[in-house]
Amino acid sequence: MYRIALKMLMGDRGKYLGLIMGLTFAALLITQQSSIFVGLMTRTYSFINDLSQPDIWVMDPKVQFIDDVKPLQDTELFRVRGIAGVEWAVPLYKGLLKARLEDGNFQIVNLLGLDDATLIGGPPVMLEGSLADLRRQDAIIVNDVGASTRLAKKPKEPGGKPIPLQVGDVLEINDRRAVVVGICRVLRTFQSQPVVYTTYSRATTFAPRERKLLSFVLVKAAGGVDPQELTGRIARGTGLAAYTAQEFKDLTFNYYMKSTGIPINFGIAVMLGFLIGTAIAGQTFYNFTLENLRYFGTLKAMGTSNAVLLRMIVLQALVVGALGYGLGVGAAALFGYVMRGTELSFRLVPEILVLAGAAIAVIVTFSALLSIRRVMRLEPAIVFKV
Amino acid sequence: MSNNGTAVSLRGVTKFYGTGTSRVQALRGVDLDVRPGELLMLVGPSGCGKTTLISVVAAILDHDDGEIVVFDRDLRSMSAAEKTRFRGANIGFVFQAYNLIPTISVTENVAIPLLILGSRRADAMARAAEMLSAVGLGDKLEVFPAQLSGGQQQRVAIARALVNNPRLIVCDEPTSALDADTGRLVMDVLRKNALSEDRALIIVTHDNRIFSFADRIARMDDGRIILVEPQVATS
Repeated sequence: MYRIALKMLMGDRGKYLGLIMGLTFAALLITQQSSIFVGLMTRTYSFINDLSQPDIWVMDPKVQFIDDVKPLQDTELFRVRGIAGVEWAVPLYKGLLKARLEDGNFQIVNLLGLDDATLIGGPPVMLEGSLADLRRQDAIIVNDVGASTRLAKKPKEPGGKPIPLQVGDVLEINDRRAVVVGICRVLRTFQSQPVVYTTYSRATTFAPRERKLLSFVLVKAAGGVDPQELTGRIARGTGLAAYTAQEFKDLTFNYYMKSTGIPINFGIAVMLGFLIGTAIAGQTFYNFTLENLRYFGTLKAMGTSNAVLLRMIVLQALVVGALGYGLGVGAAALFGYVMRGTELSFRLVPEILVLAGAAIAVIVTFSALLSIRRVMRLEPAIVFKV
Repeated sequence: MSNNGTAVSLRGVTKFYGTGTSRVQALRGVDLDVRPGELLMLVGPSGCGKTTLISVVAAILDHDDGEIVVFDRDLRSMSAAEKTRFRGANIGFVFQAYNLIPTISVTENVAIPLLILGSRRADAMARAAEMLSAVGLGDKLEVFPAQLSGGQQQRVAIARALVNNPRLIVCDEPTSALDADTGRLVMDVLRKNALSEDRALIIVTHDNRIFSFADRIARMDDGRIILVEPQVATS
């Protein structure tokens, strides 16, 4: 009987394809939008991920997220170093500055100033040059995406491709000369500005004159010291905020979740996919059942029990649900693969697969319930009506 | 066969549709006996209760009052699940609109009653093929219903009704959608294959061209059997 149920389903090509397309569309939209959302939210704290060496980030207590820099006095660095359990503490400058390009245009860059002595906090991957080259005069290291896009030089011929910034090229940052000594690769950031590394002391010369310039103090806990416990000790000893890397990521993530329209915008898109999928699949499946009501009635008259009819409908719903889910998730994954390396943030994590699966399960359950209700209440005497 | 020699026995059977002011009485105390080995035709004007009567006899519609006994089983004493099982094992159906599932082959259509009873698919398909051969469609095993003429589809429906050897076959206007020659051919097939000593056939029809195939004819009007007569000449 189950084979017959499947043939009834697949034999009506129009409705069968309509059902699968509705569910595929729902799964695609839910998976794709959720993946972009997760990708985007991951970018909000990608700087923290890039800096793997420090255990603890120390900052002004009013800081709400990684890009919300509230500068500290340089002396705070020494106060942090004085806390018991701190193995080392180094300064980090982080700020948005204007860079003047070769063609005279300006571009905002995300400037990171690393501790002059240790260069702790440098980029995770160097593509050209080395981190130590930052010690050369006026040296900066630029990320590859920034170098080939926003900081790229004008094409030689009109309509040609922009020429990526290369080692040896010169920029002006806040009217000061900056020489590219290396190209690095970093995780893409939420703001998507080019990322420029230099030393802390040089960053303070690039930055506009201010009384306070220290953005963060990066701390390594001494061996055997619990970083979590050390954050409390630093906070109590200095009056500053101290977070482990994970806590700082959570703080940043929660800020974007609560204080921006990003979740609601993506939430609406995901909900839309769910509702459209429900409407299309629910209606098509119900119509399919209505059109087959005579045959369900015939089966009932010939002695098919309600339990078997129920299982036939559930099987039909499961098959279209599984196909729609597979095709939708596959299409979303293909989309992510095709768009890799572009500005698009896309991160397909297992939780999204579970979410999309649950959503499709809800849609097909709803669709099947409508149909099951109709068939269960069906009087087999319908078979004698022409 | 029944102890008292009847396949189907109806006593004082009533059936109402609707409630309140829209309540309509479709059967008004029907008494009728159908004998084993008999082909009984139920005739009468539209709306007189013929289809309601075969629906309650075939246990696909509950009656309100009276007694219906089909091969010694009192339908009122059965639960809905028991009626479903009873229909699967004992009753075959032939419909005016054939009701063949269009997306499966005719052999699969014919095999359905056996699959419902739990037969293995291979066995059911083999028996279905035998039945199709018996009704003259042995060369059409793999085709779909839409590829057949109306008469051929009705022969498939007859094969489906007979495939599990039911003891009672109910047919609703089996020839009304067919031309005269095809209608007679279908009735020939039905009589030849369906009639046996331990099986009864009840056919609801308006089609006086096929009255000659009946053993007896029960005339209905306004929810009652008004006359039961032996076969009459075609008018």
